This record gives sequence, structure tokens and C-alpha cells, in this order.
Amino acid sequence: MSIDTSRVADSNTTNAATPKKPAKAGAVANWADERLGLGTMMKKNLRKVFPDHWSFMLGEIALWSFVVLLLTGVFLTLFFDPSMAEIDYQGSYDPLRGVEMSRSMASTLDISFDVRGGLLMRQMHHWAAMIFIASMMIHMMRVYFTGAFRKPRELNWVIGCLLLLLGTLEGFTGYSLPDDLLSGTGVRAADGFLKATPVVGSYMSFFLFGGEFPGDSIIPRLYTIHILLIPGLLLGLIAAHMLLLVYHKHTQWPGPGRTEENVVGFPMLPVYAAKAGGFFFIVFGATALMGGLLTINPVWKFGPYDPTKVTAGSQPDWYMGWPDGLLRIIPGWETTLFGEPISWNIMLPILIIPPLMLTILILLPFIEAWITGDKREHHLLERPRNAPTRTAVMVSLMTFYGLAWAAGGNDIIAIKLDLSINQITYFLRGAVFIGPAIAFYITRRWCISLQRHDEGKLLHGYETGIIMRSAEGGYSERHLPISEAQAYTLTARDREVPWTPTATTDENGVAAPGGRLDGIRSKLSTLMYADNVQKPTAAELEEAHHHAEHEHALTAALDGHSADGHQFDGHHAVEGENLRPDDH
Amino acid sequence: MSIKPHDQASGGELATPAEPIADPGLPAHTWRPTDVDERLAKRAERQVAGLFALSAVFTILFFVSYFVFKVGDNWDVGAGLGASTVALGSTLGLALLCIGIGIIQWARKLMADHEIVEMRHPARSSDEDREVTIAALGDGLEESGIARRPLIRNSLFGAIGVIALAPIVLLRDLGPTPGQVEDEEEGKGLEHTIWKQGVRVVRDVVGTPIRAADLQIGDLVNAVPDGLFDLEGVDLQAQKAKAPVIVVRMEPDEITPGPGRDDWSVEGIVCYSKICSHVGCPISLYERTTHHVLCPCHQSTFDLADSARVVFGPAARPLPQLPLAVDSEGFLVAQSDFTEPVGPSYWGRGE
Repeated sequence: MSIDTSRVADSNTTNAATPKKPAKAGAVANWADERLGLGTMMKKNLRKVFPDHWSFMLGEIALWSFVVLLLTGVFLTLFFDPSMAEIDYQGSYDPLRGVEMSRSMASTLDISFDVRGGLLMRQMHHWAAMIFIASMMIHMMRVYFTGAFRKPRELNWVIGCLLLLLGTLEGFTGYSLPDDLLSGTGVRAADGFLKATPVVGSYMSFFLFGGEFPGDSIIPRLYTIHILLIPGLLLGLIAAHMLLLVYHKHTQWPGPGRTEENVVGFPMLPVYAAKAGGFFFIVFGATALMGGLLTINPVWKFGPYDPTKVTAGSQPDWYMGWPDGLLRIIPGWETTLFGEPISWNIMLPILIIPPLMLTILILLPFIEAWITGDKREHHLLERPRNAPTRTAVMVSLMTFYGLAWAAGGNDIIAIKLDLSINQITYFLRGAVFIGPAIAFYITRRWCISLQRHDEGKLLHGYETGIIMRSAEGGYSERHLPISEAQAYTLTARDREVPWTPTATTDENGVAAPGGRLDGIRSKLSTLMYADNVQKPTAAELEEAHHHAEHEHALTAALDGHSADGHQFDGHHAVEGENLRPDDH
Repeated sequence: MSIKPHDQASGGELATPAEPIADPGLPAHTWRPTDVDERLAKRAERQVAGLFALSAVFTILFFVSYFVFKVGDNWDVGAGLGASTVALGSTLGLALLCIGIGIIQWARKLMADHEIVEMRHPARSSDEDREVTIAALGDGLEESGIARRPLIRNSLFGAIGVIALAPIVLLRDLGPTPGQVEDEEEGKGLEHTIWKQGVRVVRDVVGTPIRAADLQIGDLVNAVPDGLFDLEGVDLQAQKAKAPVIVVRMEPDEITPGPGRDDWSVEGIVCYSKICSHVGCPISLYERTTHHVLCPCHQSTFDLADSARVVFGPAARPLPQLPLAVDSEGFLVAQSDFTEPVGPSYWGRGE
């Protein structure tokens, strides 16, 4: 498996390479290397190691769906006309023929009904956007739950959070472009959000819309933001995200031979390149199937935007749903300052809480590192159960997100489940506070009980499902030891030590600076690790095994005999073994 | 793997408890059936090549679909997607999937599956590199003289600070200020609409005026000011976004007129802005028995019998009411424009 260097980098010396009979590919490689120095650059990276695990594929889905977005997006720009000039639609879609609409809406209909493959590309673009944002979110949760955000990867976490924000804005600017009734209602609400900004709100609205809402500038401006500004930022940040991934090398799960100091996996060339490249085609193909078979955003059913009209059940795309939900359940709070309104009913759900949530998300790695006082690099992943407080924090945030998101569909829930929309709203007003707290508690205790289960497996073996009866008539379940590799994997984690301040007072009895903050930090650190199960020490393991030997002595008579339990545990071959003595 | 205590002051005092289980090391490599059985390897090879060939077939079908199915004519075939879209999407999707599955099958069955080990290095640079970099940085800054000549440094920062305002100034012409468009006569700006004294209330879309007798108790009519449809382009859209109203008729004694609004209704007919005072959605989900009207966007609910008081939801203020009267021909007209700005709250609205 060593690198065959006979064809690589042999021309990057002081003397030009003089191959005897260069093959054509060799000649091209030589030409490129003499100008680009590719040999040195690729020497290490061609066989760069990537560890394998299904969860490492989630970010890849996001990456490839972004590529699909670029490809389908370029196609759409060739036919889309981002103009708000009113025209009389005369295209192929009968029900709207003769209806006044903007050129952007009309060209969207043309893409859908008069360009071959146009509707396919539109729907693929929209589905890929959904997949892009969803996979970014799931990838982010994977990174968080496994502790992959820890040093040295905090900055990549921050970049990821910014990508999620930009992806959401890109989605909003994109689905607003057709100027249909549904998206126009969203733009109108966005105008209300801008106007709610204290002092400068109405100015922001007038500058964005080029005058009074709706004006004729918003669609062309959103178009520039959607196809130039945000994609450029996304590309730059994705490149930085990938470069940091290559520099840090990928994290890996602990296991036999997999340590903090190494990375074990498949080389980029050929296996990883093939798997990742093949996966691009799978994401692309799945998106094409969805685009061809599943309707999304049928703007022809909504009709063109008209500020006097609205439909019931107006929802934004799902990733904008949670602020919209908060906007629905907030009471009508408005105060005045200098005689002018301060619209808390808009500012809190839209202008304050979402940026606050993003800030919390960005700060999570730094908060955890501060509490634990852990300044080491981490390349081995942690199972969510082994970081109960961390896991519970994210589940708590997810619960808040989910409840706010459900609130965004309160009208749909009311219709589908025959409930009162008022009661749903009142319930959610309380639930967004209580739900996350309950979720935090349950998750934390759940993780700790899973840790106890792991400890039990380590100390006493796994449950065989075989019930034994002692001579006295007592029943017990038979346990058998787990394999060495399994046992090692369970113990390949840190022993947690709560952070303690060095000294609150110096030798002269003067309080050290930052003493109070240290106290809070120490308390948080203790709370974070409280009740966590630490892995056993060698002595504890020894003692448990000794105890098990004692138990084995009791059942020794069964060992090697029929029905000693091995037949049913799934860990041993049963071929040739007799289940009953009389089979002999 | 050795586990070190935390890199902190108190950590040093803790003895590391003996690790319970030593790292057994990487498990031995196990050969796959395709590694040891040439017959199976050949079969996998045929599978991969077959998938690639199948992909090409689907691509050809994609081309065929492109030319065979017309768009436009049959847009409602196939769950409303059109035969062309369904055929193009299926063939393209399967062609791509066959390539993807083929490559992955190739990687899993035939490419070497030895895991290899690479050592990690700390993300930080070595101390030597740091020293060299700091020295280089120091030399560079020293040679620039930026520290010795604060006048140059400060004036440069000043110049950059001032020029950074240029893009902001350049953005000024994105739009007029609210004050610049304000025109009471034309009904422009955030505080005015084209409603004024004597303007008839006409039905939306058709533009016919409304007599009080045309409305029955419990009716709701979507209406606009007469003359709205004479407008064009941006002016039309702007008025559509703030001038529409809802006209409802109820028993006159059910109405609780607001202070100073005793003569704003005509025979139980009241008229309110259709634009929600929350974030501006048009409202018209009306429940005639309760006189409640509900905004479909965020469910703000207003009581039209009681000056459109907010009875539920996130809206903070009632819908503006349009004072109604009857003209000489018996049609509903406005007594004046709205007495407060329509739509969402904004700074500058005043109380």
C-alpha cells in the first residue's frame, strides 16, 4: 500500500526531469507540474486518509446539493427575467392566460410550461435547496453530538453556523423571486419586519424597496443578492470549511488502533475519491428523481402576487418556519419610546431571538471549553451518551426549535387535528419555555442511564438472555464477557475532572482576580459532570472480573455442555453443536 | 492510547488511574469474497460495467424524452407535472444514480480495502516556525516604520475610515426617504392613501359602487377606493398594498362605536383597513356571528363590532377604521382618509 512515487514529483527538483519516453499522460503531467508544482502539492494529499462512518456523509450531502444548486441555478438564469414590469400572460398555462402579472412571474411560468426540462430544473433547484439546508442542519447536529467541534475545530464550527445562516437567506431570496402570491406575502411580512426596526425601520424599507412597498425594485435586487452576493460568500466559506477539514484531518471514532494521535481509514485515491465522487452522482440523481416526480412550489396554483390578496395556510419554506412560529404565538406587545412604537411583537420573534439563537450556536464550543477548562486537541469523537449535559443542551435547543416550528403551522395543525387555533397558540406559549427544560432533564438522565448500561456491560458482561436457576430456586440471568475490542472501545474516553480554580487567595490572603467568575465556572463544571459515570479503573475492572469468575465457578458444570448459553447469544457459531444431550 | 489529565493547574496533582484495558491495536485485515474468489471479482466487475451501460441507456432515453414529449400541451399529465417533466426527471435521475451506484460498488467490491494509518500533527506551528514568523513580522513592521511615524499611520487609518463611508453614501439612492414621497393630495407615503372625502367605496376587482341596501346583515365585501383601477404600475401596487378595505354590515345596535366614531358607520355598515396592523397581510376571514375577522398569516383576530379591537394574536393595534357616509346617489363614500397610518407599526408613526 505504499505510495508509488516513480511517477510523481520526479520533476520538481533543480534539474528538469528528462523522462526517457514520456507517455502522453506523463507529458501532460510534466507540462503542468513544471508550471504549477503539482507534484509537491499532491504528494501528501493523493493518499490522504479519511476515516469511514455513515455520519461523516451528512456534510457531503450538503456539499453535493450545493453543486446541484449551482448547476441547476445557472440553467434557470438563462430563462428567468427578474423584472417587475407588468405584462399580460399569454403562455401555455391556460388558467392564467390573460392575467396581468410581473415578467418574473411570467418567465417562471414559461420555464415551467414552455421550456423543455425547465420545470424539472426549477423543481430540482428547489428540492436541492431543501436538501442543502436540511443536510447542513443534520450535519451540524452530528458534529455537535459527537464533540467534533472541540479544539482545534471551533473555527470550522463558526464557519458552519455562518453557512447555515447564509443558506437560509439564500433560500428566502430564491423562493421570493417568482413574485407569486405565496412568496409575495412573505416579502410583505419582511417589509413589516424591517419597519419594526426602531428609528431606521421605515428608511430601511424604503431603501430596500426603492420607495413605498412593493415598488418595482425588490425582485431585481433580490435576484442580484440571490445569484451573485450570497453564492459568492457561500463559495468562499465552503472553500474555507473544506481547507480547514483537510488541514485538521477528519475526526474518527475511538476503537482498537484508533487514537488521538493517528487517523485510520481509506486513502483519498482511490477509495475515498470514488466513494465521494460516486455519492455526488447519487445526490444528483436523487434530486433529479425528486424534481421529476414530486411537485414543489407550484406557483401556477398560487397565481401572481397581488397586495390585496392572501391565501389561508400561508407558510414560508420550512427552514423559515420557526421564526414565523414565534411571530404567531407572541402576544401583541408594543410599547412606546419618545412617543414612537417599539414593536416587541415583531422584534422579539424576528429581530432578536433568531440572531440570539445563532449567537448561542456559534458560542457553544467556546462556552463548553471555558466551563471544562479543557485546552487539549480532540480528534476522537465522543458518543452523545458520554457527554450527557452537552447532549441535553442540544436536545433542549432542538425542542425549542421544534415547538417554534410547530407554531409556524398552528393553522394547519388546527385544521388537520380539529383543534382550536387559540388553544394551540396558548399551549405553545407555555410549551416553548417548559418543553426545552423537560427535554434537557430527560435527555441528561437518559444518557446517564445508558452510561450505566455500558458500565454494566464492561464490568459484568452482556446479558445472554439465559435464565439460570440455582439449587435454592433463585433465578438469575447469565452474563458473558464482551470482547476485548468492544471493551477497549467502551473505555476509550476521557476521565472527566471538574474544573477547579487554582487558588482563590494568594499567600497573603488577597483574593485572586476573577475569583467570583472562577466560582461560577467551577460550579458549572461540577454540574456539567455531575452524575456522569466514569469508566472503571483497572482495579475496579479486576475486581468485577474476579467476581464474575466466582459466578462462573457456580456455572462451570454447564460450560462446554449443551445449552450452556453460547448457542443463543449470537456471538458463537452453533454449527456442529447439539442443543440437547440426546442428540448424541 | 494514553489519556492525559486535564491541562490545568489542578490536573497535575491527580494521578492517572491505570487504564483498565490496553489498546489491542488495529484488528487484522479480513479479505472480502471478491479478494479471494476471482469468479466473484469478475461478477462484481460485470455489475459495475452493467450499471454504467444502463446509465448510458437512461441518458439516451432522456434525449428521446426531450424530443418526444412536448411541454405546454400536456402540463396536467402525470400528477400535474407534465409527461415531459416526469420522463426527463426519471431518466436523468436513473442515469445519474446508475453512475453513482456503479462507482460505489466498484470502490466497495474491487478497490483495495486496506485501511491505512496516518499520524496527526498538532494544528499549531512549531516553536521555531513561530519565532521565525514573529521575527519576520517584526522586521517588516520595523522597516515600514509604522511605529516610528505615527503621523503616517494615523492619517492612513483616518483616510481609510473616511473612504469606507463612500459605499454607504453611494447606497443612498437605493430609494427615497419616507418623507420624500409623502404627498397627502396624491395619497402617497406611509401616512396617506387615495381615500379622501367623497371617494366611493367600490367592490374589488369589478369596481362597482355599493349602496347600503346592497348589503345584508352579515355580509362582508372586499372593497377599494374608486379610481384605484385608473392607476398603473408602481402607484397601483402601492395603493393596492394600503388602500383595500373590508366593508361589513351588522345590526346597528351590535356596534360599539369608538370615541368620536359615532357617525363613522352607515346603517350598521362599518369599514376597516384590510391590511393587518401586525406585518401587513390582507385580512378577510370573517366570522359573522362574532364579528371577528382573522388574519390568515399569523392569526391576529379583530372584533369589527368594537373598533376592530385585537381579541387574539400577535397584533398590537386595531385595524384603522374608514369613516363612512352616503353620497347624494345613495352610494357608500369615505368621509376622509384613514385617520392613522395603515399596516405595520414603524418608528415615526407617532401616537
